[in-house]
Amino acid sequence: MAGAPLAEQPAGLRAWLLSPEPHSRWQARLGRFYLGWRAFSRNPLAVVGLGIVILLILLAIFADVIAPYSPVAGGDLRTQRLLPPSETFWFGTDDQARDIFSRVVYGSRITLFVVVLVALIATPIGLLVGTVSGYLGGWVDTVLMRITDIFLAFPRLVLALAFVAALGPGIENAIIAIAITSWPPYARIARAETLMIRNSDFIAAVKLQGASTPRIILGHVVPLCLSSLIVRVTLDMAGIILTAAGLGFLGLGAQPPMPEWGAMVATGRNYLIDQWWVAAMPGLAIFVVSLGFNLLGDGLRDVLDPKAAK
Amino acid sequence: MLDIQNLQVVYGTGRLRVDAVKDVSFHVEQGAAYGLVGESGSGKSTVLRAICGLAPVSGGRVLVDGKEVTTPRTKAFYRTVQMVFQDPYASLHPRHTVDRTLSEPLAIHGEKNDAETRILQALREVGLGPSFRFRYPHQLSGGQRQRIAIARALILRPKVLLLDEPTSALDASVQAEILNLLDDLRRKLGLTYILVSHDLAVVAHLCERLLVMRHGEAVEETTAEALRSGAASNEYTQSLIQASQGYSRASKQPATALAG
Repeated sequence: MAGAPLAEQPAGLRAWLLSPEPHSRWQARLGRFYLGWRAFSRNPLAVVGLGIVILLILLAIFADVIAPYSPVAGGDLRTQRLLPPSETFWFGTDDQARDIFSRVVYGSRITLFVVVLVALIATPIGLLVGTVSGYLGGWVDTVLMRITDIFLAFPRLVLALAFVAALGPGIENAIIAIAITSWPPYARIARAETLMIRNSDFIAAVKLQGASTPRIILGHVVPLCLSSLIVRVTLDMAGIILTAAGLGFLGLGAQPPMPEWGAMVATGRNYLIDQWWVAAMPGLAIFVVSLGFNLLGDGLRDVLDPKAAK
Repeated sequence: MLDIQNLQVVYGTGRLRVDAVKDVSFHVEQGAAYGLVGESGSGKSTVLRAICGLAPVSGGRVLVDGKEVTTPRTKAFYRTVQMVFQDPYASLHPRHTVDRTLSEPLAIHGEKNDAETRILQALREVGLGPSFRFRYPHQLSGGQRQRIAIARALILRPKVLLLDEPTSALDASVQAEILNLLDDLRRKLGLTYILVSHDLAVVAHLCERLLVMRHGEAVEETTAEALRSGAASNEYTQSLIQASQGYSRASKQPATALAG
């Protein structure tokens, strides 16, 4: 009997969320979010992707609780080097007698750090360049788009390599290099969306209210470009992780003894035939996280794509 | 209130030059409703867009309240002249609630203090309750959307309202509601209207005087009275009136054929 009101509450909450007559800004916004979530959760693969990404975040937050050993300091070099996976060392140990599981867990922090920072740097740049050039048109558009073209003309990893070579190796420089090379596609997408939006009546209407150009771009154009950009950035996350891992593999990203997954694969390369777990475990982590972001991006596209449904 | 003198609108140059409006003049008194009629492509909407600055004024003058407008238009101009668009499905931002749509003009003009009451009042004026305030456009019908668009145009208390076929995207019963609403609002708030439409009945219902346009030129200025009685001196106007009465068979069928 005590459970009855509890069981009713979700129904009440649902009705509140789906109310056709919201009573506040927040209710309207949450209702919209809930509708998106309902569409998203209908896609099981997308939910799996979201689960993987949440797992990555939890792993990064609670790394010191989860990891049984230090990620940097090794064990006994005589007896604990290159041990196969066992009960004490779940993923085995590497050539420095370090527990690979602990290193993979701590490595999630670096991966998340790279992904979040690149997204935070590249997305606003791409969004701003794209919407400004699309909305203003004329010579501003020409100049900004030619700059974008120049950046697009370089292969991403090669340009990142050049930047890291110039700035010096290290995870921060790798992030800057990846961010600098990943904004041009976002600018292109934002521009294409802006070109569609800028001639619509609702932009003309806000112009007729005397709105300034920055106000129109930030308040009216950007929110409409944002959803397709979020989808694209999420789908690019896998590429960003791979680029970061690639730079780490080449010794230009994270420096030892940082437990960066790409660098871990690089050291494992020497023992690939006999001690496969040294390279395979961080490789598996890269694979799973990349897959998770891709599934999440696909699911978000189904929900957010303006062409699919409004 | 509004004086249009020899207005010209030209798009493009050289071979791509299009004369959308060639030499149109008319005058609208304060509190009057003036109609612009003509077929598609006659330049009637372009006249409206030129008045409010969405289309370039290539020649002639546009005077509001005796003062010539500047390019770009000033904020004071936008407080005097507002526009309602043809398609209510395209004129509201799809990601903004009604509340956001209505508070935007107040924010732009720095009148956020009493926004709360003014939004509710604007909704009341167009016959919508406060329950509509936090809805998104996709939760509204076409007629409700057009009411929101009218509320948005009126919230700054303009003196002139430019109406670009405000009912042509709506179905017949909703059309009548919106037209009556516009008629009431004009009387209550003392507004001046310029109504663009291809529908002679709509123009005759709302306006006292009207201008018939064709190929960017003014054909004839006439009154709604003359339009209703079917008296038009110009041949083109006559043919428009005839077309608005619908298709009629040259020889009437015998009544028995219908009864049977």
